Amino acid sequence: MQTQSEIGYNSKIEGDVVLTTVDAALNWFRANSVWPMPMGLACCAIELMAVGASRFDISRFGSEVMRFSPRQADCMIVAGTVTYKSAGFLKRIYDQMPEPKWVIAMGACASTGGMYRSYAVLQGVDNVVPVDVYVGGCPPRPEALLDALMKLQKKISTQPVLQNITALHLLDKKEEVAA
Amino acid sequence: MTALDQAQKLKARFGDLIAEPTEFRGEISLKIADAEKIFDVCSFAKTQLGFDYLVDISSVDNYGEDPRWTVVYHLRGLNHGAELRLKTDVSEEKSELPSILGVWRTSNWHEREIYDMMGIRFSGHPDLRRILMWEGYPYFPLRKDFPLAGKPTDLPGVAFTKPAPLEGGPFVTFPSSAGAISREPRARTPEE
Amino acid sequence: MAQVQDIEIRDSAGRVAKAVDDLPDIQGDRMVLNMGPSHPATHGVLRIVLELDGETITKADPDVGYLHRGDEKIAENMTYTQFIPYTDRLDYLSPLANNVAYALAVEKALGIHDKLPPRCQYIRVMCCELARISSHLLGLGAFAMDVGAVTVFLLVFTEREKIYNLAEAASGARLTTTYTRIGGLMRDIPPTWCDQVRQFIKEFTVALAEVEVLLTRNRIWVDRLRDLGHISKEMAIDYALSGPNLRGSGIEWDLRKKQPYLCYKDLEFDIPVGSVGDCYDRYLVRMEEMRQSMRILEQCVNKIPGGAANEIKEPVNIADGKVTLPSKEKVLSSMEELIHQFMIVTEGVNVPPGEVYFGHENPKGELGFYINSQGGGVPYRLKIRAPSFVNLSILGELMPGAMISDVPVILGSLDFVMGESDR
Repeated sequence: MQTQSEIGYNSKIEGDVVLTTVDAALNWFRANSVWPMPMGLACCAIELMAVGASRFDISRFGSEVMRFSPRQADCMIVAGTVTYKSAGFLKRIYDQMPEPKWVIAMGACASTGGMYRSYAVLQGVDNVVPVDVYVGGCPPRPEALLDALMKLQKKISTQPVLQNITALHLLDKKEEVAA
Repeated sequence: MTALDQAQKLKARFGDLIAEPTEFRGEISLKIADAEKIFDVCSFAKTQLGFDYLVDISSVDNYGEDPRWTVVYHLRGLNHGAELRLKTDVSEEKSELPSILGVWRTSNWHEREIYDMMGIRFSGHPDLRRILMWEGYPYFPLRKDFPLAGKPTDLPGVAFTKPAPLEGGPFVTFPSSAGAISREPRARTPEE
Repeated sequence: MAQVQDIEIRDSAGRVAKAVDDLPDIQGDRMVLNMGPSHPATHGVLRIVLELDGETITKADPDVGYLHRGDEKIAENMTYTQFIPYTDRLDYLSPLANNVAYALAVEKALGIHDKLPPRCQYIRVMCCELARISSHLLGLGAFAMDVGAVTVFLLVFTEREKIYNLAEAASGARLTTTYTRIGGLMRDIPPTWCDQVRQFIKEFTVALAEVEVLLTRNRIWVDRLRDLGHISKEMAIDYALSGPNLRGSGIEWDLRKKQPYLCYKDLEFDIPVGSVGDCYDRYLVRMEEMRQSMRILEQCVNKIPGGAANEIKEPVNIADGKVTLPSKEKVLSSMEELIHQFMIVTEGVNVPPGEVYFGHENPKGELGFYINSQGGGVPYRLKIRAPSFVNLSILGELMPGAMISDVPVILGSLDFVMGESDR
């Protein structure tokens, strides 16, 4: 279900007033302040840190606050090889993140297991958490991660917001009435 | 005091327990016949010969041969700079040898790793548990008869494993000096 | 698109209650704190189970293995050249140094590690020293950020970007370079590389002075680091520490001086040695090592055989047809080179049966490769002696007695990397 993602604004007519749908506005807020939770496991974590540093500034996308606590984060960036031993706590941290949440699988190891086809490596983090954007590369260049972030922003800005909330609200009400 | 002199001193002390030192690329290796005496040999090397630094402990799986395990100790003396390699064999039925934790405390984690990867136990080790794989992992991964892709396990709450997609196995050449036909890269069973 | 699989997570409150029953020596006032694998201050996935009495740590048990990828088993199924990319990812802060270490180990097994062409040796030394600066910088930056000095982190990354530019110019990749090959290098450095290194040295001197001003005489920094994590000489040798951890405790052991390899014999540099063995000493040792690395780089840039642009075409690979890939023109026209190319690519470099151990002075410590070969192009057993794995074993003895807020300081001063520790 696509929503209006454009914000209609004609300064001559409206002056300083912006007319838009609530969905579009909420999505605009969400997309431009994605707070990542860096699940930095291996070498990709170094490129993730480089993205946060001053050359490839991630804060111009609104994502400068790398929240290590899952309760305060929007997007989990899985950077590095996920082993079977790590899969348990990774899922646990993902579950602790509040909705809405997204996952970026950064690098070849997180996307598909990478070049480690061995007994101890989980062949892709999408075996345990649902992934929104996959970034290829070993490690991906910081520009690639920023491109992935932009794609994620585009995905976020087309997600219906209010319909979901009202639908849930109606569902709760139905259960109350039935009970 | 070169490594060869130290090796000769060690052989003089322990006699038949230690074979003649072999040399390859400038390194001296000594084979110790009885794995049970490794603690005495190592403590002699540390206290009398000045080998105060244990660089590494490795294990080798001689699949198809008996004794199956070879444990390799790399010693170094920081004062005289000499390096020595000690090797002992352990048979598969026994799969156990004394721990040298009393000689060098660094062997704690090396021995835990060898137990985890190969399944060789160390008697006298206070805390022999898995270090790289999780507790309760049923296999010993570095053995030659364990496939690279791994075997499926299922430990609820801790982990699960599935075999990795290797599409018929790693196509690899054979580690030996045999003829080119046997060394052709293809998928191999643990025949070697 | 893989299926999302469910992981059952057992009832955690019940598990904690059961754990309290199982642990007999937990007093009523001790708390077990799990400093979990996902923690900003643990420099990777390291889990430490701490037992606390108020704020003082009484027991610490590190739990590694969350990044165990099975490198050693993979090595038994790859030719020597095919394994080089895996060595990049061991200590991923200094991939050039790992590449050089592995290549030297295989070359020692072949018997050619002291017969490399001189230009190759100088380039490898420059790569090692750049990797050393890069690794110490990030260790320092992450360390300072955990202790609280966040500015240093950003300063550090600016300098590391310059090193990344150099690595990219030489090998094509920023982080995972895979630059060395058995018998030489992937390719020669571009003609402007040495000038870029000179420029980098000039700029880095200024940046290092800036970091020095921010940290070394800073009252807060010194107070937090001094007299903490004291490692005595006997403890350091017994636990087989290596690298700056060993030298911070006062032991003068550096593989570049004691067991010289490549062209370190012809270069002048000093080895900084600490005196007390606390965290502050290790920090000072790393700072000084970066200055010595710059000194080595300057000498190399001036003395490199063939000059910066290599007009006289000094070789970079050893001239042995069985080890180095022959040039493409010869392969496509001559039979012998064609066969060499075929054998080297499909079966790998033929290493004679035997075993070698080669230890290399990595920024984190001594990275050693034990290669047990039974002939052929694939090792029978490859053991990686990882400095971080060995350095971490000291945590169980180092932490008790310290306070919980000293944990990031101790971990940062040991400067380990989990990719190397777990392989």
